[in-house]
Order: sequence, then structure tokens, then C-alpha cells
Amino acid sequence: MTELNILYFASLREALGCSGERLSLPEGVSTLGALREHLAARGEGWAALAAGRNVRAAVNQRMAGFDAPVAPGDEVAFFPPVTGG
Amino acid sequence: MSVSVQEADFDVGAEITALSAGRAEVGAVASFVGLVRNAGHGNAVAAMTLEHYPGMTESALAEIVVEAQGRWPLQGVRVIHRYGRLLPGERIVFVGVASAHRGAAFAACEFIMDYLKTRAPFWKLEETPEGAHWVDARESDDAAASRWEESWEAIDQRR
Repeated sequence: MTELNILYFASLREALGCSGERLSLPEGVSTLGALREHLAARGEGWAALAAGRNVRAAVNQRMAGFDAPVAPGDEVAFFPPVTGG
Repeated sequence: MSVSVQEADFDVGAEITALSAGRAEVGAVASFVGLVRNAGHGNAVAAMTLEHYPGMTESALAEIVVEAQGRWPLQGVRVIHRYGRLLPGERIVFVGVASAHRGAAFAACEFIMDYLKTRAPFWKLEETPEGAHWVDARESDDAAASRWEESWEAIDQRR
């Protein structure tokens, strides 16, 4: 697998108008934070991912900080802070 | 230890009974049931829809249970969390813990709920007369979870 599988949940999914996508790892992107920045730069609704917005993330279904590495084949998810229970 | 993420309701009595069935060493079962309230943050709530992250939600809950088992001597743990559209009064979540003594059972039950609130990927959408809106995460939930981190450090220091 050479692509990332990216998932979006809850209010973030609604703001982006998309529940997920497959994406070739953009050149120069090797961390979750860099990927987030790359996506936010698409403009319009994607600003919901911009720095300063309250966004959490997971890599391969584990909560991860934005300094976490991302590699082709990873499942990455972006979502708002959780509100279960 | 058993974790379920499901749309269906659950039988609280049966779950509590199962936690001690055939285990004479169990002296205490503590349980928590979370329900949909008819009001949240001043708004009337007509319904609530819970979204989750299939796969990660189950593993996050299992990880929380394993952490609880590492902190207290537990004979049984059961966690059930529902998803989908729920009406006020309906059950959302069940946490049941069996142990030899009540202290561990009470503490582990509260610990699992506090961690679930901040670590398990669920999101609530409330339907109100003004429209549907996503529930914001509460700082008080982060504070509730972080007090266990402090006590964990205290435990480490005693070792």
C-alpha cells in the first residue's frame, strides 16, 4: 500500500463534507502535524483542520500526538475531542 | 473482561448477575449506567445520536479495562457502550466491575468511566428545538480523568 487511508468523524466530517479519503503521502509530509497542515491548506471548509482548532487524531486506531510519524499504508483519523459516556 | 460496542440495549440486571456468576471469590460488584438526559446545557434534548470509530472504539475500551486491571485486583469487568440514535431515558453505557472488596470495585468503575469519557472515540449529536448540534467536550471530564494520573504517580512513588 502506498496510500494513506484518512478518516474524518463527527463535526469535523460535517465541516469537511467528507467521511474519508485515500491519499498518496504528499512529498515532505512525514508527521501527523505536517499532514494536518497539508490538508488545512486546501482552503474553505478544510480550515477546520487548521492549527489552533481543537482537533485530535489517531494513527492506526491509536490516539496520537501531532509529532507522530505517518507512513504509506497507515490509517489516519482526525476528529474533535471525544464526548462519549 | 468483555467489551461491547453495539446499537442494541442491554439488560442491567443480567449483566450484574453475570459478573459474579460462578465466582465465589467476588465480594463486591460496582456498576454504572449512563442515560440520555432530556436537557443539556439549557436546551431541551429530543434525541441524541452517538457516532463512533468502529475498530478503534473497541480497542480503546479494551485498553482502558486492561489499565484498570493493572491498578486493582479485579475478578471481572464488563463495558457496554451503545451507538446510534437514542431517546431521553434510554441507556447509553454500562460499566460493571467485580472484585473481592468494594474499594477496588468502586474505584475501578469510576476510573473506567472517567477514562472512557476522554479516551474512547465517541461523539454525541444532540437534537434540540433549535436544531442539531455536536456536544462540546467538557474540561471537567479532562479534570476527572487527570486525577487518576496523579494518583498513578503517587502509586509509583510508593513502589
